[in-house]
Amino acid sequence: MQLLTPSLGLIFWTLLAFLIVFFVLKKFAWGPILESLGAREEGIAESLESAKRVKAEMAQLKSENEDLMARAREERSLMLKEAKETKDRIVNEAKEQAKAEANKIIAEAQQAIQAQKMAAITEVKNQVGKLVVEVSEKVLRKELAGKEAQEQHIQGLVNEVKLN
Amino acid sequence: MISRRVKGLLVAAFSFLTLTFSNVSVAQEHHNDGETAHEEQVHLEDTEKEGEKKFDANEVIFGHVLDAHEFHFFSWKGADGHDHHATIPLPVILYSPTRGVSTFMSSAFEHGHAEVNGYKLVGNDVVPVDANEKVYDFSLTRNVVQMFIALALLLVLMTGVAKRYKKGHGVTSAPTGFQNAIEPVITFVRDEVAKPNLGHKYAKFMPFLLTVFFFILINNIFGLIPGSANVTGNIAFTLVLGVITLLVVNFSGNKHYWGHIFNPPVPGFVKFIMVPVEILSIFTKAFALIIRLFANMLAGHIIIICLISLIFIFGNISTIAGAGFSPISVGFAAFIYVIEVLVAFIQAFIFTNLTAVFIGQAVEEGHGHGDEHHDAHGHVEDTLAPTEPVII
Repeated sequence: MQLLTPSLGLIFWTLLAFLIVFFVLKKFAWGPILESLGAREEGIAESLESAKRVKAEMAQLKSENEDLMARAREERSLMLKEAKETKDRIVNEAKEQAKAEANKIIAEAQQAIQAQKMAAITEVKNQVGKLVVEVSEKVLRKELAGKEAQEQHIQGLVNEVKLN
Repeated sequence: MISRRVKGLLVAAFSFLTLTFSNVSVAQEHHNDGETAHEEQVHLEDTEKEGEKKFDANEVIFGHVLDAHEFHFFSWKGADGHDHHATIPLPVILYSPTRGVSTFMSSAFEHGHAEVNGYKLVGNDVVPVDANEKVYDFSLTRNVVQMFIALALLLVLMTGVAKRYKKGHGVTSAPTGFQNAIEPVITFVRDEVAKPNLGHKYAKFMPFLLTVFFFILINNIFGLIPGSANVTGNIAFTLVLGVITLLVVNFSGNKHYWGHIFNPPVPGFVKFIMVPVEILSIFTKAFALIIRLFANMLAGHIIIICLISLIFIFGNISTIAGAGFSPISVGFAAFIYVIEVLVAFIQAFIFTNLTAVFIGQAVEEGHGHGDEHHDAHGHVEDTLAPTEPVII
């Protein structure tokens, strides 16, 4: 029966001890400990949050960079293309111009040739005419010296005549 | 084969023990029924006459689990034929309405052989020689002294840990050493005991729950030291904790809690049955806590002492039997001891957890009724509460 009958002294001392321990620990242990644990957990949560934020920012920055790079690349290729086009155009234009010039020169040359040719032909014609007249004159002068000689002479004359 | 033989032996041993037990407990009751001191003396002499080999398991077991006015380690019979006891005497503080306070060391009783200031020691109790006198015993018994030592250690350890937190150790850096061992326990009480049962109101009850947990735990652990007192296995100790819990639960009870008790949501005529039951339940909760802790710790101690006592019981039959049984007995005692270490933690946790559950029931906001499990998810309930119909 002694097991089941609580003794007054032990009740009194236990109660006293519990109250003292409770108030002392509440003030000097649980308060600071729980506060510190809470602060640490908050700190960790905050750090994680900020890390997440920084990561997102980094990702954004990276994507922005990539965007910029892509745009720069695009611009460069565009510029290259333009430059090439310009070059082609210039070359073509130059070619065209050169061709036109050449054509012009050729045409002029042909014209000059034509003109000279005409002049030459005219001269030849004149020469021929003159020669014919000369030959005729000579033939007429040599009519007396035999028929054979005449023909020989004519032949010689004819041989002499060379059209250029 | 072997296990069956061991089982058979165990059965034999326990039945023997029970028999011995029942006989002596009858004798014990006989004593407490107020037999005269003379008869007591005769009984004592009887046992002494039967020889020093006589082993009284009842005396040993109850000597270990009950409170006493001294730390008693062992006794031996000296060459002069007298009993010698290796003890640490403790202060006896008595208050009598007629004679006032008297204090003296328990060694003055000379183990029950002497009277001091008109008081004498009967068993573990100090009683006045004059039977009509009333006396209140506030002695620093071994339970009290051991509890004080354990709690002093608890205070030193916990304030030490708190000091490290205050210095920023464990806040900005990782906790180390003992602080690191205590921290998971504190966070366990907070995250697994307080938060699920109390929801967002947990912070207010954290100091109480932590104190209860460590108060029980450190006394449980101290009780496991061989030769120490059985503090948590004493009903006075658990009674105090249970009553404190009862007060905390009921003083923090809100309108909904009291409404549930005095106006349960049942049809009119059932109310007449339910209200007394509900009122009774206020006390049964605390009573269950008191008995659970008391019985668990006491049982563990008794089992260990019984197993060790078996050696001597067998030794009484024959020395060979005692020696032969000792390995089995020690093996089982060691096994139970390991379980007791586990139980020390489990019982501290259960007491704290049930306290949290009861407080949770007392402070939960009105929603539904009769379901004791849903407050295990208090924080979820809090968000759901507005959508649920309120039944009062």
